[in-house]
Amino acid sequence: MARTVKGSAPKLDIDHVLETAKIVVCCGSGGVGKTTTAAALALRAAERGRRTVVLTIDPARRLAQSMGLTELDNIPRAVKGVQVTGSGSLDAMMLDMKRTFDEIVETHAEPGKAQQIFDNPFYQALSSSFAGTQEYMAMEKLGQLRALGTYDLIVVDTPPTRSALDFLDAPERMTTFLDGRLVKVLLAPAKAGGKAYLKVVTVGFNVFTSAITRIIGASVLQDLSQFIAALETMFGGFRERAQATYDLLKDPGTAFVVVATPERDALREASYFVERLATEQMPLAGLVVNRVHHSAAAGLTAQKSLAAAEELDPTSLTAGVLRLHAERLALSQREARLQERFTSAHPSVAVVEVAAQPGDVHDLDGLRSVGADLAAG
Amino acid sequence: MADFPRARLHVVSGKGGTGKTTVAAALALALASGGKKVLLAEVEGRQGIAQLFDTAPLPYEERKIAVAPHGGDVYALAIDPEQALLDYLHMFYRLSPTGIPARTLRRIGAIDFATTIAPGLKDVLLTGKVKEAVVRQTGGKPAYDAVVVDAPPTGRVPRFLNISHEIGNLAKVGPLKTQSDGVMALLKSPQTVVHLVTLLEEMPVQETLDAVAELTSLGLPVGGVIVNAVRTPALAPADLLAAERGQLDLVALSGGLVSVGLDVALAPVLAAEAGEHAARVALEERGRDALADLHQPSYELPLLPDAVDLGGLYELAGMLIEQGLA
Repeated sequence: MARTVKGSAPKLDIDHVLETAKIVVCCGSGGVGKTTTAAALALRAAERGRRTVVLTIDPARRLAQSMGLTELDNIPRAVKGVQVTGSGSLDAMMLDMKRTFDEIVETHAEPGKAQQIFDNPFYQALSSSFAGTQEYMAMEKLGQLRALGTYDLIVVDTPPTRSALDFLDAPERMTTFLDGRLVKVLLAPAKAGGKAYLKVVTVGFNVFTSAITRIIGASVLQDLSQFIAALETMFGGFRERAQATYDLLKDPGTAFVVVATPERDALREASYFVERLATEQMPLAGLVVNRVHHSAAAGLTAQKSLAAAEELDPTSLTAGVLRLHAERLALSQREARLQERFTSAHPSVAVVEVAAQPGDVHDLDGLRSVGADLAAG
Repeated sequence: MADFPRARLHVVSGKGGTGKTTVAAALALALASGGKKVLLAEVEGRQGIAQLFDTAPLPYEERKIAVAPHGGDVYALAIDPEQALLDYLHMFYRLSPTGIPARTLRRIGAIDFATTIAPGLKDVLLTGKVKEAVVRQTGGKPAYDAVVVDAPPTGRVPRFLNISHEIGNLAKVGPLKTQSDGVMALLKSPQTVVHLVTLLEEMPVQETLDAVAELTSLGLPVGGVIVNAVRTPALAPADLLAAERGQLDLVALSGGLVSVGLDVALAPVLAAEAGEHAARVALEERGRDALADLHQPSYELPLLPDAVDLGGLYELAGMLIEQGLA
């Protein structure tokens, strides 16, 4: 059962989004059901006739298994058990961050340089653990899938970052860094070749280089310097791709779906996201609120229910059931208040709710039912 | 007697959405209780502590944020990697944050590089600052009786703490290596415990199991498992079982409703609500069983009826003391 928020929030028409968008980006803070929402949207689109691929970042094991995803291998594979109509199809893949990075290097580095980059300890660390690499690679993969042209719709899940906004900044941060003066300073020794590097640096940087050498050590500096020099050959490629990804996200064919739960922190993060998308002029489809509690007997108020329970033997079945109902209503009202607060701050943002399920979703039937909830209302 | 008497550094992690910041804050209050001085530090720039205590964003400065039950002070600090780097340069290399070398580093983007791009470096800076607070002495005794860190979520915490490995790949010798080894020694010592916060839901429980295995394999000391937002079953065990199977006694329920003047038509609706509750309770039981197999000390905190405020934090702190975590 899905319901639009009481009050003024417009209803998010999920089926319209799934029919018209070329890219759907699901974003939101960690633990709000982003991956499940992305998978449910993709399944629904496929079963309504679109050739769809879902790019997941870090799915829960059983959800991944339900889609036939057993390894991180960057290869979209057909999901079995999809009830396809027309030309619809569903592929799924899990992002392999390191491999995606390796592929970029292979594509853009000068012949012979690629291996040098792969062998550098800085590359190894950067490609597997740089805080923004996962975000950057997710966006990179999105661009690649789009360029393939074999899909009508790409649904992408975003990494569970500290701030849900990180993936928007990752490509730019990477290029800003590559354009920066630090890189130029670090490049100087490599260009001058080996030992001479302290001498080639101008007097103004003497203080700096001696400080940095003392702090991080000469061998680290040398590795870093070589790494940057090797990467420099592919700077142009990086910049172009980052720009292309940014443009793709701003394209009217893209729809951002912000995912939250009716909790203070998740909705606060959703607010930030909505504001940021507006600033970047990126197309927001709306907000999905997962795990909402409703009652089909809302007419029996919490107060009335508790008062009635008081009149009964507290250990009786009826008293227990009435107390439970009162708790559920109290929770439901608190959730409604939090959502009203969001909507009063962002009155034009379309919203759809998905009712809380007792357990997690880990099969296609479960995803299908979430998809139906998302579209109903 | 507290369960971790030797611990002075309490690292609190948990899957996103499990309430790790709340638990870290409650633990800091609990540890400070009875006249102690405790530092509560956050490392992700989220300003979660300020939001929880409903104060203005924290600066990079230790400031008193709450008074603990029965006396005792909790200080808070939002550790910012850039400030931590300047601190580090100042402390170990006597580079003034406003001097020419530091300004040059900033101007050419080296500070930015070190704190956002250089892998592992940021974590060394953050954990290095934590270590400094743990070992700091004032007047011949530790400046803080305990330090509580609101750490990154479980998915990232092993890498966050295993800095020697991250840095070791880059620097085999030199000052960076020395610094990271020093931090690592503290993290692996009996002075440190890593607590994991979870909910009794499938994914958080699974992540907790994975994190315990990974931390253990890295030689990092796992402390308590704190189960947050636990609900008390509203029904008797037999009724729960019946509700889960959809076999609740509708006749008895209808009779009960009529006896207090309520509409019998409510019976099936309320029974369905009870059924959902029972399914959830059963799922929670399975989660609890899986966690019990870890054989780690475990603690339970109830779901508070309203969003957690200062009063709620004191309540949770009291429970942690009662259960022996602090």
